[in-house]
Amino acid sequence: MRFSGLKVLAQGLTGNRGWRPHWRDPAPKPEYDIVIIGGGGHGLATAFYLAKEHGLTNVAVLEKGYLGGGNVGRNTTIVRANYGLPGNSEFYSHSLKLWEGMEQELNFNTMMSQRGILNLCHSDGQRDAFARRGNAMRNQGDDAELLTPEQVRDKVPYLDFDNGRFPIYGGLWHARGGTARHDAVAWGYARGADQRGVDLIQNCEVAGIDIEAGRVTGVQTTRGEIRAKKVGIVVAGRSGQVAGLAGMRLPIESHVLQAFVSEGLKPCIDNVISFGMGHFYISQSDKGGLVFGGDLDFYASYAARGNLPMQEHVMEAAMTLMPMIGKARVLRSWGGIMDMSTDGSPIIDKTGIEGLYLNCGWCYGGFKAVPGSGFSFAHLIAQDRHHDPAAQFRLDRFSTGRGIMDEEGTGAQHNLH
Amino acid sequence: MRLTCPICGDRDRREFYYQGDAVMLDRPDPGAPSQDWVDWLHLRDNPAGRARELWYHEAGCTAWLVVERDTVTHEVFSVGLVERADAD
Repeated sequence: MRFSGLKVLAQGLTGNRGWRPHWRDPAPKPEYDIVIIGGGGHGLATAFYLAKEHGLTNVAVLEKGYLGGGNVGRNTTIVRANYGLPGNSEFYSHSLKLWEGMEQELNFNTMMSQRGILNLCHSDGQRDAFARRGNAMRNQGDDAELLTPEQVRDKVPYLDFDNGRFPIYGGLWHARGGTARHDAVAWGYARGADQRGVDLIQNCEVAGIDIEAGRVTGVQTTRGEIRAKKVGIVVAGRSGQVAGLAGMRLPIESHVLQAFVSEGLKPCIDNVISFGMGHFYISQSDKGGLVFGGDLDFYASYAARGNLPMQEHVMEAAMTLMPMIGKARVLRSWGGIMDMSTDGSPIIDKTGIEGLYLNCGWCYGGFKAVPGSGFSFAHLIAQDRHHDPAAQFRLDRFSTGRGIMDEEGTGAQHNLH
Repeated sequence: MRLTCPICGDRDRREFYYQGDAVMLDRPDPGAPSQDWVDWLHLRDNPAGRARELWYHEAGCTAWLVVERDTVTHEVFSVGLVERADAD
């Protein structure tokens, strides 16, 4: 089934009775060429690109819950390519290009909205750092513009520019950044993969990874044994547990990151805005809710819910940056489980076990990486060599020390990112 | 979440700094193979459930604490002082 304006019109005139489920609900087959563990954004994108780019369709995606029920369904939906370090820079640049073509590629409305991202600075040093970052972005071929306080004021007059502690010194404007409809991204990739023959198997938790003579041979699941020549692990916050099934320990610690949404309001915040003096970022969804978030709670957690101190911090940051937000009421909050790596950058690599591939360490930035991660992971699995834009996301950087990508410059150590 | 510091008593989570897995206390010998140092610095069991962690009572008595806690329910089982011999 292909979506088009004509199709929507025809369905509307006939009572919408012709819509069918967008993907099958197959039982697992006894054997596949490739099994992807994890039916989130990254896993579904991986399956889609395995089929589309490499013609590999004897593929199953195993999801312990329902498709897109993890972090891809619980984030702040921000899409951007504003990284400064080689390794990250080319990867997110590639990912943003895939975002720009996603709706046509998937024939699915992912509501990609390049409304622009404004990162605010509040000191001379921070402005200098933004100038450097902007240059790095432009050198990569992406867009960045350093704005004066007056230019920021023209765009977003409702901020507290002359705040006594954190006056606004300017901002870095990334016009191609924006937001997308998070669930639709998962659904679009799921539908595209299913249409090409990939089996999407839900309620199927992996309980064991079979390894014989250093080579992966399949997985044990709650829906029986499934043989596979290659297995990809892409399970975000659960990376530690799933890798543990293969006897591996990872440079990953899982933390909770909270996000919040207000009641629906009339359009007031046109872009994505981030506060530079306190971790706070905000946009307004197409439904009208203000979607915002802050930093990790900063302790290991699998609870998918956070504690009040970080909620208070986020609300305080919001009030400091845009006092008008005090009139809005918070509707709900939630938490996602972040696979935090020691240097804050991801891993897309082979493992010491032949046929077993690993994709993790997205920290709190996994959403914008969905298409790029899927594309590069599919390339690695299909061709057994790294895709150039993701070639630096190596697992061995933690043991050799070469290629550590500490974007924040805080040090490659757990609890610092 | 609240932690009961053995010295200060029941306190708000905001007084404490989370360092990480208590494996940080088992620092390898200076002459240990580099892989031991990699394991110690980077690799983690990352348990979903009962965990043994190292916390610091930053805004209190500044004691280093070993906290046994459930990472799924946030239940705290025990909080103890780091033994002097561990604190190198």
